[in-house]
Amino acid sequence: MSLNTDMPVRVAAVTQVTDLVKRFRFERLDGHPMPFFSGGAHVVVSMNDNGLLRRNPYSLMSNPDDNSAYEISVLRVPNSRGGSIFMHEQVRPGDQLTVSQPVNLFAPDHRGRKHILIAGGIGITPFIAMMEQFSRDNIAFELHYAIRSRSHGAYWQQLLDRYGPRRIKIYVDEEKTFIPVAEIADNQPLGTHLYVCGPAGMIDGVLMTGLKAGWPKENLHSERFLAPPAGLPFQVFLERSNIHMTVGEHQSILEAAEAHGCDAPYMCRGGACGQCETEVLSCDGTLQHNDIYLSDEEKASGKKVMICVSRFKGQQLVLQL
Amino acid sequence: MLVQGIKSRPEYKGLDIDPHAKRHLFVLEGEGAQALIDEVGAKGRDFLAKSEILYLAAGAAPKAYDVTLSALSPDVFWQASTLQPLLFRLRACLEQARMGTRLSIAGTEGFIGQIMQVAIEYGIDYHSIHTEHRGSMARRVQCVHCKGITDNVTTSPFPCSHCGLPLLVRDHYSRRLGAFQGVNIDAEEPGTAPEPEEMFP
Ligand code: FES
Repeated sequence: MSLNTDMPVRVAAVTQVTDLVKRFRFERLDGHPMPFFSGGAHVVVSMNDNGLLRRNPYSLMSNPDDNSAYEISVLRVPNSRGGSIFMHEQVRPGDQLTVSQPVNLFAPDHRGRKHILIAGGIGITPFIAMMEQFSRDNIAFELHYAIRSRSHGAYWQQLLDRYGPRRIKIYVDEEKTFIPVAEIADNQPLGTHLYVCGPAGMIDGVLMTGLKAGWPKENLHSERFLAPPAGLPFQVFLERSNIHMTVGEHQSILEAAEAHGCDAPYMCRGGACGQCETEVLSCDGTLQHNDIYLSDEEKASGKKVMICVSRFKGQQLVLQL
Repeated sequence: MLVQGIKSRPEYKGLDIDPHAKRHLFVLEGEGAQALIDEVGAKGRDFLAKSEILYLAAGAAPKAYDVTLSALSPDVFWQASTLQPLLFRLRACLEQARMGTRLSIAGTEGFIGQIMQVAIEYGIDYHSIHTEHRGSMARRVQCVHCKGITDNVTTSPFPCSHCGLPLLVRDHYSRRLGAFQGVNIDAEEPGTAPEPEEMFP
């Protein structure tokens, strides 16, 4: 949230995990302990990229019991908007960054009797913290983790060593082994919950397979952060702040508002949490809703917009912000 | 007299067969039998072959719903004489059940609440349970003072069957207890409780 509770941190360590994944360890500048978090939580990291403010959400992957520091892992995404490239190329030990308070939009359901975690690629990160918690609390879980190749996959060996092959199953694209989702969903005790984090296609496939196996939607959980999509620039007027602004090609409305000094609320910056919901006062054109939060009816009504990912095409959009 | 407009008041949205379910467990009481019979009328008989029915006739015994239910020839039809053996059997079913089994409950509110209480212990999310209220509107109410639970409450206020205080029934519902909350109505001036009003026939 944009309550002013962000924490200035120092980068305590940077570790190259694989070719494309780096791990960052953050300690508070004021020497205080980090707030405790729960497995599945993320923070938003603010970066100052040559005067350009970048804010990206990353899942916390350190041990939730360890409040001396936070750790995140970042996949280098070449054609991305630049946050991951900045983290990979610019950030060194000793540098200063700002991280938000932890927010959990992907918490395990503690009423569950067993937990199945399904990860694809960098989607492993929230589960690393979750598994620490499950194992501490003696809660039954198993991880099914798909990686491209053994050299590209992050943390699979450490996880196998720590939790053993009964709880950790690794599937490797290059070796033509794939997660048998239907079989997994087919034979689980009542009260099992399933969590999936990874590429969008994988998430959709797993959720669909679960529903087709007769699982109630309440037992199927996923986390996806959409990166704000690029698009043509457009004009927005923020009524309460009295700001006329242009939202650039690679900018979200939220980012443009922040660049103009308007402190809008947010949590996930990925169209999932609902925190940035903003009222549309007038709209001379069409809203392009890119979030997964609003219902289809709400999107059709045109009265609200999630400003972290959605765009606009037309003359002028007026928002109550 | 009743305190309404409290969010925890449960909603019973009606039975609804999940076409993907691998198995159905129907736990029915009294007039709740008719909810399933109606559902078969609406959706056809296909799901019966993978259905288990646990039935408690209770006050509806003269209507012989058990005959109608077993004539539907579900995979398993089992009838209990009282609630306790039904709960015992329910636990055994849930212990064995796999994901893909969907639970449906129909009957009076007190019955639905007590079945849900057990289901929740087995990690079932209450949103995923299909429920239908049939039969009497009588409520199961816990006295917030002595903690005793009174079944089949039809009036408000009513005298607590444990401590005797006149209790006002509130829409405030506890899923953990499977009961509404009853609060002493004349605490300031004992003896001034209004006459009981028939609220839940
Ligand atoms: S900040 Fe979460 S939906 Fe926009």
